[in-house]
Amino acid sequence: MKLTVQDLNSHYGPAHILFDIGFEVGEGEVVALLGRNGAGKSTTFRSIVGLVAQRSGRIMFEGKDVSAKPTHEIVRDGLGYVPEERRIFTDLTVEENLEVGKQSKRPNAPHWTREKLFALFPNLGEMKNRPGGRMSGGEQQMLTIARTLMGNPSLVLLDEPSEGLSPKIVEQMVDAILTMKKEGVSIVVSEQNLHFARLISDRAYIIERGRICFGGTMAELDARPDIRDAHLSL
Amino acid sequence: MSVAPPLLAVEGLTKSYGGIHAVRGVSFSLRAGEILALIGPNGAGKSTCFDMLNGQNKPDSGHVRLLGEETTGKKPREIWRMGVGRTFQITATFATMTVRENVQVALISHGKQLFNLFGSAPNFDRSEAGRLLELVGMGGYADRPCGELAYGDLKRLELAVALANEPKLLLMDEPTAGMAPRERVDLMRLTAQIAREKSIGVLFTEHDMDVVFEHADRIIVLNRGTLIAEGSPAEVRSNPQVQAVYLGEGLLYEAGHREGAST
Amino acid sequence: MAFYVVQFLTGLASAASLFLVASGLSIIFGVTRIVNFAHGAFYMIGAYIAFTLTERLSGAFGFWGSIVLAALAVALIGVLVEMVLLRRIYHAPELFQLLATFGLTLMVEDLVVLVWGPDDLVGRRAPGFKGAIDFFGQNIPSYDLFLIVLGPVVLGILWLLFQRTRWGVLVRAATQDRDMVAALGVNQKWLFTSVFAVGVFLAALGGALQIPRDAVHHAMDLRIIVEVFVVVVIGGLGSIVGAFVAAVLVSELNAFGILIFPKISIILVFLVMAVVLIVRPWGLFGKPEAAARKTPGLTVNPWRPLTSNERLASLAALVIAATLPLFAGNYALTVGSEIAIFVIFAVSLHFLMSVGGLASFGHAAYFGLGAYGIAFLAKMAGLPMIVCLLLGPLLGCMGAAVFGFFAVQLSGVYFAMLTLAFAQIVWSIAFQWVSVTGGDNGILGVWPEKWAASPSHFYWLALGVAALVTIVLRVMVFSPFGYALRATRDSLLRTEAIGINAKRIQWTAFVIAGTTAGIGGALFAYLKGSVFPDNLGISLSVDALVMVLLGGVETVSGAVIGAIVYKALNIWLVSQTDLSKLVLGGFIVLIVVVFPKGIVGMLEMLAQRRRKSSPPGSPLLAKPIESAE
Repeated sequence: MKLTVQDLNSHYGPAHILFDIGFEVGEGEVVALLGRNGAGKSTTFRSIVGLVAQRSGRIMFEGKDVSAKPTHEIVRDGLGYVPEERRIFTDLTVEENLEVGKQSKRPNAPHWTREKLFALFPNLGEMKNRPGGRMSGGEQQMLTIARTLMGNPSLVLLDEPSEGLSPKIVEQMVDAILTMKKEGVSIVVSEQNLHFARLISDRAYIIERGRICFGGTMAELDARPDIRDAHLSL
Repeated sequence: MSVAPPLLAVEGLTKSYGGIHAVRGVSFSLRAGEILALIGPNGAGKSTCFDMLNGQNKPDSGHVRLLGEETTGKKPREIWRMGVGRTFQITATFATMTVRENVQVALISHGKQLFNLFGSAPNFDRSEAGRLLELVGMGGYADRPCGELAYGDLKRLELAVALANEPKLLLMDEPTAGMAPRERVDLMRLTAQIAREKSIGVLFTEHDMDVVFEHADRIIVLNRGTLIAEGSPAEVRSNPQVQAVYLGEGLLYEAGHREGAST
Repeated sequence: MAFYVVQFLTGLASAASLFLVASGLSIIFGVTRIVNFAHGAFYMIGAYIAFTLTERLSGAFGFWGSIVLAALAVALIGVLVEMVLLRRIYHAPELFQLLATFGLTLMVEDLVVLVWGPDDLVGRRAPGFKGAIDFFGQNIPSYDLFLIVLGPVVLGILWLLFQRTRWGVLVRAATQDRDMVAALGVNQKWLFTSVFAVGVFLAALGGALQIPRDAVHHAMDLRIIVEVFVVVVIGGLGSIVGAFVAAVLVSELNAFGILIFPKISIILVFLVMAVVLIVRPWGLFGKPEAAARKTPGLTVNPWRPLTSNERLASLAALVIAATLPLFAGNYALTVGSEIAIFVIFAVSLHFLMSVGGLASFGHAAYFGLGAYGIAFLAKMAGLPMIVCLLLGPLLGCMGAAVFGFFAVQLSGVYFAMLTLAFAQIVWSIAFQWVSVTGGDNGILGVWPEKWAASPSHFYWLALGVAALVTIVLRVMVFSPFGYALRATRDSLLRTEAIGINAKRIQWTAFVIAGTTAGIGGALFAYLKGSVFPDNLGISLSVDALVMVLLGGVETVSGAVIGAIVYKALNIWLVSQTDLSKLVLGGFIVLIVVVFPKGIVGMLEMLAQRRRKSSPPGSPLLAKPIESAE
């Protein structure tokens, strides 16, 4: 397994947000984490990369327990994270944003150069010196993914990559994710949009109120309309 | 044609940032007791539009009139005094105060007692605060610290606070965002019921189409800063342009929802 | 004409050091979000170490080497401080960070006196820049010209460092979003440490470069930090270009201000700062800050008025306190009076800081203004004591009305810096305007009238006023106004959306707090029989903050307890040791790191833990209004 999460519990202050979250991601697999706003998708990702201070449970990445490590070490181990709100550095140019993400090569993961990324996201190549704050939402979403890929991750957590994007851009996003998969990057993608998830993922988990309430292939999910309608919107 | 001005009349609202038009010539109106949904993709200008209605943001041109009175250029607090209550996408409440105290602050403001230095606030309009909390089903939570509330309860509290000045118009920015499915339905039913009883106009933005199609009397659709459609839920649902830019053509959205599946 | 040019160049030369220190502060703030009060202390240590090294190492190489070596040595100290202290408080509220770094400053002040002695030290001239250049009959020291060139050179180097190196890119990224930088695999800890080292290096370099111009002394830290705060408020916190422009502006205003208002040159700087704040509240080159962290900000239980039992207990405590003259001697009564006065001072700040969420770092200004008000009325106008006591605090009220108007335009650290700068301006006026205030000699002979002159009578007076003030402020906490004030603290967005003019509420609270502090100051003037500039100095402002913090910033009545404990401790400490600042500074750091909830906060937590079996419906806030020491 690329990534195994077991009994993950997280708190924000007094609020218990995640309850015994557990899921697995295989080598080269794309797994969707589905659920509504506030279901706990982002908190799950943030907990995995160590951005939630109060968490417990086991997080095995490439066979090593990373649950006690600080964020930057987890990321340096090759676990990339693309946050929901994009969080690009608006004062920095495209090139500089990519520079922040840069890490050394990794033997077990594809190596991404600026040129390769500009081929994957042609829009970015045309605006190398533009400050991040003067880009459209879609361009920012591409930049934030490219920035994480600069770290040559072997697995990427993608938090709601289609959020707020026009269908056209979402289709480009689908292509980019499939390319990443083809290159050998394992991906966990959190989504509210089932159809988008269906286009890219091998398997899916559904999270509702901080608990995993379904896990299986996309076909298995389609066989359970009750679950689908109860927990997913749109 | 009625002579009396509509509750809310928006005319040619325009705003641009750094050369980019966020909102372009948006016009619509809202009657008392009517529930109007404002939908559209992220970045379509909904928030900008909303902020111009409540005074957070000043339009470059255009007019907003409340019962015929101009509100453009007024501060949020002045617009509130004209009878506009609002709730936020991410709740804004007074976390260190109790639920009742949250409502009391609004009542104090409404009663123009803000600079009363020696009165007793804990006893200020306690019954009215209780009544408002009962109205939104929060009566049992009055003494709880607001910081401890679940998100759905905070939303209901915000509604109670928004009702404290007996508003004519409620502006609700994604009222059900971040709530569980059941809570969403309950909150919007409650809002609709109160709005109809008290003849309050409601304008809300929302991403949950279930909520929109079930509760809105009318829907307006914003895309790239302009109004592209307006009409009843059924009309908007079947509008091909709206489907193209927002509801989707089937690739990204369930067919059932496109037809407005009920909850 | 030549004279004005020379004056202008002198201003530019002074700007160099100011810019170095201010840019260091800005860089550190940008990434760590800590306003490093100890920056002035690092500047001072830089000067002291450079002085020692330049005395030991000879020749031009020795001199310049010493300057750089001194700055490096201080940077190393900075690294230690960052690793040992700051890493523990990065997530604490801003107020605590400011206080902790202020505690450091206090410690450093005593330490430099221990090491280098209390006297001014005059350093060597810089080799190669010893002479002066004649400019149409006016002399310009050539060292000044060197500094004038140095400023832009450092600005250029910093620009290259931030624009052209990976480290610079990372720092700029972290300035915007620290967590995201970590989420991209960058070790925040070392980034922070390196940023802190660079910032401290700049401060120490600024100090070291001053030794050929100015004597080194142990009060130079506070002088520079106040100017630096003014610079960053004008230039915009976090902007290096802003720091440069504002440093030049402030230095020139000082240089020419002396010509216009020779006695109170600082007025000019104040006027400019006021204008900038009105036009651009976040400074010339700054950006509007995203919602600042709440100052009290930990977890706050809802407050409630005292129950009737608690009222009785408070009354009993007051009665017991009132019996002190029956068994205590004159010294104890004087101490008792002083404590009562400080209770007034502490509760006034508490009202602004805990209820209003506005942590003033210059609250002593209004205390001192009250004291000066008494001195003017009693000594110059010769009014009777009762009239003086009623009118004296009005000076505090007026000061608070003027400064508060500007201060409440800002929040968080900006508010803290601005209130500190205002207080320092008032202090400078009291210090410089000798003809009116007596300057450093103060105004002597302000004694109470016969009816209040005996220690026991004065004690009762002070105790009575303290009790009255505490009760009145408590009533206000639970008045409609008090609710509105707490509301502005919790959510500005929401207050605006329910028709509340938050700035007016906060301004009113500022004036109430200032007036109340003025009452304390008025009594203090009578207690001491004199008024000095120190009555509105920084250390007194920090005393007030520590009292509130010690009692518990999140409680309703912590300030009373905090004032009693702190003042008693302080009086005792001063009688026991010459190194009171060192001990006090250490004490402040200790509270912030291990004891952030204060005494009353701790008691509440313990009480809650004991009652854990019962539901946490009614938080305990049972505190006597006033009690004996």
